[in-house]
Amino acid sequence: MVIYGVAILAGCFLVGTVAGELIGSVMGIDSNVGGVGIAMLLLIVVVDKLVKSGKITKPSLDGLSFWNQMYIPVVIAMAASQNVLGALTGGPLAIIAGIAVVLISWAIVPILAGKQKEDPTYTKTAIRGEADA
Amino acid sequence: MLNTIKDVFIDNGFITSFLVVGVTMWLAYFLSNKLTKGKIHGSAIAIILGLILAYIGGVATSGTKGLSDISLFAGLGFLGGSMLRDFAIVATSFGANFDEIKKAGIRGVSSLFIGVILSFVVGAIFAVIFGYKDAVSIATIGAGAATYIVGPVTGAALGASSEVIAISVAAGLVKSVLVMVGTPLVARFIGLNNPMTAMVYGGLMGTTSGVAGGLAATDPKLVPYGAVTATFYTGLGCLLAPTVLFLITDMIF
Repeated sequence: MVIYGVAILAGCFLVGTVAGELIGSVMGIDSNVGGVGIAMLLLIVVVDKLVKSGKITKPSLDGLSFWNQMYIPVVIAMAASQNVLGALTGGPLAIIAGIAVVLISWAIVPILAGKQKEDPTYTKTAIRGEADA
Repeated sequence: MLNTIKDVFIDNGFITSFLVVGVTMWLAYFLSNKLTKGKIHGSAIAIILGLILAYIGGVATSGTKGLSDISLFAGLGFLGGSMLRDFAIVATSFGANFDEIKKAGIRGVSSLFIGVILSFVVGAIFAVIFGYKDAVSIATIGAGAATYIVGPVTGAALGASSEVIAISVAAGLVKSVLVMVGTPLVARFIGLNNPMTAMVYGGLMGTTSGVAGGLAATDPKLVPYGAVTATFYTGLGCLLAPTVLFLITDMIF
């Protein structure tokens, strides 16, 4: 059933968020530290186990696939609700510092990542997932 | 009649947002195919359209939540809010390859630390250039250059003035918007076409919305790899900026 997939996603999201909040409070900050990242890793492991043991059906996977593909629409809604006016009217210091930090970070990406080949096969080994919405 | 229609749209704001985003995406992909022959990805155009709409919304209402401050489009704020954003980001990992993530583990973690410290230093340098001399303001603006959440968290912890906090938020917003728009343009030049580089990218840039939007417009298959590191960044920034990084700043100034 579709809801099973969505429920697995929701469960991983909530477990990750609780873990992130706990890590935050252990560190003494009122912030979610890596909760989403933990949830992502959890989902990858859980789905991998379920698929390999054949315990999950196609409709259940469709529930995951739906939210996977809703990602870009959500990002567009997010873009439309950003404080763009605030970014542009924040004064020259904010604009220059913001631009400088992005340009410098871009320059460092290839140094940190090292030489990586473009590898078109990396998506094929994935369990399933149509990210191109 | 018009009022009835408007009321229905407002009362069902969440549903309205699906229609608004759907129409925006249709228009974006139409422009992508007709004007750029698919060279500029449809989702990149859609994100830019979204940002333009957000600007219009900001001017129209002088609010802080872009187009979603207009009551007719309030549902966009929910669809694009942090809950559904994070939920959809988690869903992108459905389709990610765990082996790739493990392979990039150490580089991903080191890029997180380098990213937070680098952003802080660059922001702090510009704060000094613009005449700030006290460590609290310099650290708050440096933190804002990390993300627009790290800035106010740090500022509040250190007791910075509201003017400085506003600048730190704005610096983080500029970063986020620029990453969203610029990632597909620079991807070719910085080798951003594989999971390892995407993880380093997420760790260095850190702005979850910027990385998530930027990678979506570059190659949606890279999103989970960038997002998995970027989502640790703000937490790490909130941890380092008001503590270690502030103490170092305080020693210098």
